[in-house]
Amino acid sequence: MNIIEVKNLTKKFKDFTAVDNISFEVKTGEIFAFLGPNGAGKSTTIKMLTTLLSPTSGKIMINGFNPINNQDAVRKSFGIVFQDPSLDEELTAYENMDFHGVLYNVEKNLRIRRIEELLNIVDLWDRKDHLVKTFSGGMRRRLEIARGLLHHPKIFFLDEPTLGLDPQTRNQMWTYVSNLNRKEGITIFFTTHYMEEAEKIAQKIAVIDHGKIITQGTAEELKNATKTNSLEEAFLSLTGKKIRDEEVNGTDHLRMMRQMWRGKRK
Amino acid sequence: MNTIYILWLRQLKRYFRSKSRIVGSLGQPVLFLVALGFGFGPIFKRAGAGNYMNFLAPGVIAQGIIFTAIFSGIELIWDRQFGFLKETLVAPVSRLNIMIGRTLGGATISTLQGVIIFFLTLLIGFRPTNLIMLPLALVIMFLTALLFTALGTAIASTLEDFQGFQLIMNFLVMPLFFLSGALFPLNDLPGIISVISRINPLSYGVDGLRATLINVAHFGLATDFLVLTGVSILFLSIGSYLFSKIQV
Repeated sequence: MNIIEVKNLTKKFKDFTAVDNISFEVKTGEIFAFLGPNGAGKSTTIKMLTTLLSPTSGKIMINGFNPINNQDAVRKSFGIVFQDPSLDEELTAYENMDFHGVLYNVEKNLRIRRIEELLNIVDLWDRKDHLVKTFSGGMRRRLEIARGLLHHPKIFFLDEPTLGLDPQTRNQMWTYVSNLNRKEGITIFFTTHYMEEAEKIAQKIAVIDHGKIITQGTAEELKNATKTNSLEEAFLSLTGKKIRDEEVNGTDHLRMMRQMWRGKRK
Repeated sequence: MNTIYILWLRQLKRYFRSKSRIVGSLGQPVLFLVALGFGFGPIFKRAGAGNYMNFLAPGVIAQGIIFTAIFSGIELIWDRQFGFLKETLVAPVSRLNIMIGRTLGGATISTLQGVIIFFLTLLIGFRPTNLIMLPLALVIMFLTALLFTALGTAIASTLEDFQGFQLIMNFLVMPLFFLSGALFPLNDLPGIISVISRINPLSYGVDGLRATLINVAHFGLATDFLVLTGVSILFLSIGSYLFSKIQV
């Protein structure tokens, strides 16, 4: 059974076509990697799948629901870790979790149990009453993972979850995620720029470039089709070696400003 | 209902945790009270207009409220750029409830700020004439706070980043404050200033506070109350609309 179905999905911003008539399916319980260079259309696609953006045309089904007319049912179906941090730094780890639980209408007793269970899994239970602003980058990521799972989602979206993390933290993070997938049967949909991560963990890979899906399959199939030895080489052979520059926007300015003020996030 | 409550609670927690923000935001009102209150006091008295400290204190309370309120509305930009807003926008709750919770939270802390400044003015020498009207003064404070939090949120919903913040402070908040009658009586003003002060919603907040605290009113308490309520509803509607259009 397919938990995500996308058919002829298109998103246009004025004259620019960010996502161009793409179709793919993700099976229930699968680990699915969505790869592509900067500006290829990954984030736009994730935004449409997660109800943050409405498509220009095409059809999306998430867990059997259509995001256009059944937004809340779709929203309850997934958890998400965004590319940028999305925690409230002035709140404690526990308060961030609790806030999420209330928004998702998780019943109080269940919420208390589940928060303890998840914070233990990501090794943050003993730090639960500390403000998030005292957390390292890795701890924040773990907290975001725990938070995204609080409402028992069927699908877990991870948008470049390991960006800026050291190899130890990355390794630990993927261990959590694949355990979750095995034990709870959660479908994982993720994007990354680290090809070895996709090669190691993903059961299926789709490569998107210039708004179009250029290929789909397992890591083996991609390597065989391009006659290469690693997914990284396969990826470069599929998408070319030219460097993509994204336009700088307000978020980037603020990110720079923030780094200036408090030093780079560790 | 839970959504509104938890967003409201979040604003309060953030406020009480940033002690430096609370103390910092009290500096300006105190400076106004001390410098202007004592500085212009003698001239005000000689002009036959009475006690300037008593006249000024409601204006300074209103100033504290508008600054805190606009700022907590504008804070939305931080939430938006640093991702927390996304967390609330993908949750299965309506945007209207998110907006209401945030705004009520901002209005509550701005009212608290007003109350703190009220006690400070008492220390510096403000003597309210009718303490029975104090609950009504609190209502005026809350309406003023609500109005400007909604305005801040509406503006923040249209801004991409913090570049516009200085612009808002210098070309909106400062003029609103200086031309509200917070510092001087609105009688016999030159034409253009008089018109501006009449369309400035803060004038009605200041006037409402004076009416309740020292029993002096320019527009009258009923007018103040109606204008503040009407404009609050207007700004809340505009704010909700703009907030519903935010894309992250």
